[in-house]
Amino acid sequence: MKHLKKIRVALAILFFIPIFLYLIDFTGKLPVQMHALLKLQWIPALLSLNMIIITVLVITSLLFGRIYCSTICPLGIFQDIAARKSRFFSKKKKKFRYKYKKPQSILRYSILALTVLIFLIGSSFLVVQLDPYSIFGRIVSQLLLPLALFANNGIAAIFSNMGNYSVFKVEQLTFVPVAFGITLFFFVLISVMSWFRGRLYCNTVCPVGTSLGLLSKLSVFRISISESSCNQCGTCEKSCKSQCIDSKKMTVDHSRCVSCYNCLTVCKKSSIIYQFGYKKQKIEASQNPSNSNRRTFLLTTGAVISTIALANAKKLTGNKTDATLTRTPIMPPGAGSIEHFNKKCTGCQLCVDKCPMQVLQPAALQYGISGIMQPHLNFSTHIFCSYDCNICSTVCPTGALKEMPIEEKKLVQIGIAKFRKDKCIVAVDETDCGACSEHCPTQAVHMVPYKNGLTIPEVIENLCIGCGGCESICPARPFVAIYVEGNKTQALAIKPIEAEKFNKKIDDFGF
Amino acid sequence: MKRRDFFKSAAVVGIASIFKPETLAASKSASTVSVQTTTDMVAVMGGEPEIMLIKAMKELGGISKYVKKGHKVVIKPNIGWDKKPEMAANTNPDLVGALTKLCKSAGASEVLVFDHTCQDWQKCYANSGIKNAVEKAGGKMIPGNDESYYKEVEIPLGINLKKTKIHKAILDCDVWFNIPVLKHHGGAKNSISMKNLMGIVWDRKFFHSNDLHQCIADSATMYKKPALNIVDAYRIMKSNGPQGKSQADAVLLKSLIISPDYVAADTAAMKMFSQVQPTDINDVRYIAMAEKLKVGTQHIEKLNVKKIKL
Repeated sequence: MKHLKKIRVALAILFFIPIFLYLIDFTGKLPVQMHALLKLQWIPALLSLNMIIITVLVITSLLFGRIYCSTICPLGIFQDIAARKSRFFSKKKKKFRYKYKKPQSILRYSILALTVLIFLIGSSFLVVQLDPYSIFGRIVSQLLLPLALFANNGIAAIFSNMGNYSVFKVEQLTFVPVAFGITLFFFVLISVMSWFRGRLYCNTVCPVGTSLGLLSKLSVFRISISESSCNQCGTCEKSCKSQCIDSKKMTVDHSRCVSCYNCLTVCKKSSIIYQFGYKKQKIEASQNPSNSNRRTFLLTTGAVISTIALANAKKLTGNKTDATLTRTPIMPPGAGSIEHFNKKCTGCQLCVDKCPMQVLQPAALQYGISGIMQPHLNFSTHIFCSYDCNICSTVCPTGALKEMPIEEKKLVQIGIAKFRKDKCIVAVDETDCGACSEHCPTQAVHMVPYKNGLTIPEVIENLCIGCGGCESICPARPFVAIYVEGNKTQALAIKPIEAEKFNKKIDDFGF
Repeated sequence: MKRRDFFKSAAVVGIASIFKPETLAASKSASTVSVQTTTDMVAVMGGEPEIMLIKAMKELGGISKYVKKGHKVVIKPNIGWDKKPEMAANTNPDLVGALTKLCKSAGASEVLVFDHTCQDWQKCYANSGIKNAVEKAGGKMIPGNDESYYKEVEIPLGINLKKTKIHKAILDCDVWFNIPVLKHHGGAKNSISMKNLMGIVWDRKFFHSNDLHQCIADSATMYKKPALNIVDAYRIMKSNGPQGKSQADAVLLKSLIISPDYVAADTAAMKMFSQVQPTDINDVRYIAMAEKLKVGTQHIEKLNVKKIKL
């Protein structure tokens, strides 16, 4: 029995460390295949309708309770770390400091109901904001990765000044205030909650925690207190980070128990037992009305944030190069239609972190309120979608981006380049340029004769895949002369026609 | 302006003015490797890249004429695109590897290779095959993807391009080799040795928005010239440059043109290219512009050219 905790901790480490390293790895050195770990996450599995994983997760929950929360979920482990850290800062450094608290049932069930309801209506707003795995992904991407890059670039600068190029500089991801703000809010909220009250967040706000709590009420194996041997010392209660053991009444609230097994280890009388649970059960004590103060606080904060976001909508929609340019957001290849993408993407930022071109970034309000955090393409100098890359659709754990072989991706049209002759260098300055065509992998943007031996770009729309190579490099200022208009439904471009083969043999130098 | 601020800025200006001419002069003296050769240009045809390079270098007086023991050497190929060698979008990896090997054998203390790529630099380095070839030969690939690696340099002879940021590796080395691939180019018409210089500068947008051809010619007047321009024409890209759409754009010519003279090298390369894809050399305007700036000569008939067929 006492080994259970060790197994739980070992499993948690086994999941958490690789997930964390994979999310923060900006060097691309870790194998891409590690994204399989993320497909085990509850919401991604649900959204991608991965029946095998859903079945496995449901069965384990029905057997052992909320194992997901204490081993697989990175945000859960993050809270354990925060709670553990808090011990070092408390005066007495005591290990056992929790106390039984009543569940915030109204709050947790209404959040769960609201999340499901809004999703069924057709908006993923709450799923995106509350999926624990995605919150963790964003904490890494928005808060920790910038620090890692900052450190890396500091070292790189020192090294390169000494003529050593073994560590190289990596550009910081674009700063998106809305994404950063929301992530910071959740980071602080969750840290504070877990710092003082263990798994309070999991058992109050997290819709995954609440729904798994419902499942684990039915679980086969569960914690219970043997009334015959228990002397009500309360050690188990104090060690319970879910604050779900009431040692006085000798009851365990299974909906909140995350199967961490800490109580099993600490009980000196071996009165805490983990066993087949379909026996007599004490009905839980009365359900108090929830703490209305906290609820009001959460609601107000939410309202305030969305109002601010709305008010600043114009300011926050990325760095446009043209005031007159209002365009459909450009979705990553494989997103299908905007409805499909907005519904399935949880904004975990994995594709954003892994994009080698750094062209992906979390949306502010480009997709509307419910699409905050979902990735879109934002082109700038040397930043565009690479022709020979399909990493975003490969790593996507939720099925928002359809995985596809590279040859297929090369034909997916995410947008169409629009050429504005009146802004083009060739027309305005009458000098050669051709930077756009130079960067066009399909030659949808090609140069045609203009005047005085000059050539000017022209776009063949059904050949264009919308990679943004042209827009990213266009030197026309203040407004670019070529830009990509996003496709609301991604289409297939035609295959580029190959050039005629040259078969003659050249035997002469020609000079 | 506060007095303190005034002193501060005065001090900064003062320090800057002390540094600039000195460093410039120092690097200038370092770069004047004697390139006094009886052969002005070598063209080889019909062999594998390494064999052609060795033959040509022998004709030019051997690698030790350019690379001395302990020299820091930089090789600047075209690695602009994330493409396989068969596409001819980048310099042939075997040729770059062979040159690295030669430099090492001449006693170079280090051989650094880089390009300011157009696509993801790590993928370009890897998929072009150049990273592998260079590292196998004992050279080192260094990044060119960040502005901090570049330093501003005056281009006093430039007409449009008066100053630009050049990669520090080029500025700090003892000798460097410009080793472009011969290819068609949508913007500049053709990309050869002078166009390859856009890979040692940081701000290329300036080039495109200030008469591309003039800026390319201007950049060729930069004080630190390569010891040799080694034009890779083993596989050339005849159309859809600079990236190419498919392998059909590549033509196997198995050739190599080497000259210390930018203009002569580009002129000769254009004549070779025109046999595959007839092109008016006057459309490649930067060649004539560079000649006007006394960078070199288009009259290759007046030069001592060695042609070797294998």
